[in-house]
Amino acid sequence: MATAVPVEQKWWSGGRSPFNIEYGKLMMWYFLMSDTFTFGAFLISYGTIRFSSNDWPDPNTVFSSFPFMGDTHLPLVFVSLMTFILIMSSVTMVLAVSAGHNNDKAGVMKWMVWTIIGGLAFLSCQAWEWTHLYREGAWWGSNPFLNFGGTKASTNFTNFFFTITGFHGFHVFSGVIINIIMLIMTYLGVFDRRGHYNMIEKAGLYWHFVDLVWVFVFTCFYLF
Amino acid sequence: MENAQVLVHHGHAEPSFSTKTIWRTFWILLIITCTELTIGMFIAPHFHNLKIMFNILYIFLTLIKAFYIIAEFMHLRHELKNLLMTIIVPLFLFLWFIGAFLWDGNSYKNLRNNYDPYKKEQSQIKIDQHEHKTGVKKSGELE
Repeated sequence: MATAVPVEQKWWSGGRSPFNIEYGKLMMWYFLMSDTFTFGAFLISYGTIRFSSNDWPDPNTVFSSFPFMGDTHLPLVFVSLMTFILIMSSVTMVLAVSAGHNNDKAGVMKWMVWTIIGGLAFLSCQAWEWTHLYREGAWWGSNPFLNFGGTKASTNFTNFFFTITGFHGFHVFSGVIINIIMLIMTYLGVFDRRGHYNMIEKAGLYWHFVDLVWVFVFTCFYLF
Repeated sequence: MENAQVLVHHGHAEPSFSTKTIWRTFWILLIITCTELTIGMFIAPHFHNLKIMFNILYIFLTLIKAFYIIAEFMHLRHELKNLLMTIIVPLFLFLWFIGAFLWDGNSYKNLRNNYDPYKKEQSQIKIDQHEHKTGVKKSGELE
């Protein structure tokens, strides 16, 4: 894993980046670490409350609707679609970064457009899910669903669900904004003049982080 | 910007952003996700007493997905080992954090059920499904 480097090169002697990485990229990694801890704190508190509860709503019952399918019981199908969309947008983002490495401006723009579309599609799906749940009576402080065993459920379920998916959705939204800015900068030739597409790579790191968080949120709320 | 010149351009033995690796990672992620969903939707509901085992399986599969996203999409596998460590070591400590708090939550539940029979009783009162649906309760009662 460690890249082979001649012995005379001292990484920590100054004059070069000791991790052989651009400053901005390193700082992005560390920002993502801090954000990981924030999301981690949210998800862990959710897990703790859930583990300390005698019973909890069943995800297969709560999340069983699909747009335009009315009352059909399709457990977890919609959230699978959302996960697929986000993973796809991550792939298109990597392809954009890869095009950037080849200084292929048209390629970068094409893949960034797809990534933005994926992000917007995910946000639309999440908005639909929220609206649908709201119409069923779920919101902060209000939980119409029963526990798996048929007992009355506390509002912890909906409080945590809306807070955490909301916080994540906010990250997706800001990620889409960043991606749009990246697209505009690419179009204007900013990166061509700089000679490198490192900025796209940094935006890419943020986007993959957003995808990664969703993978965990999805597991915690929909699978457990 | 000047920072770009400070980097040592080690000769890439393999193209670090090869399209082939990207799509291969995509397929791995897709297959793992589909496996998780199949288990969650079709298999697990029939074995409710084995819930803990299934949860461990989900965690395991999710960690594999996380590993692939971080290593390949975020390219961390191809960075210098030291950088890798500054990311991976805190995350491993994080795993301990998760385990500890879940254990704690579970312990709280057991202790409370032990010492508070009223709470245990209250949590076993079943609600009539039909009655419940007709009057959607909006009271925000926290435990």
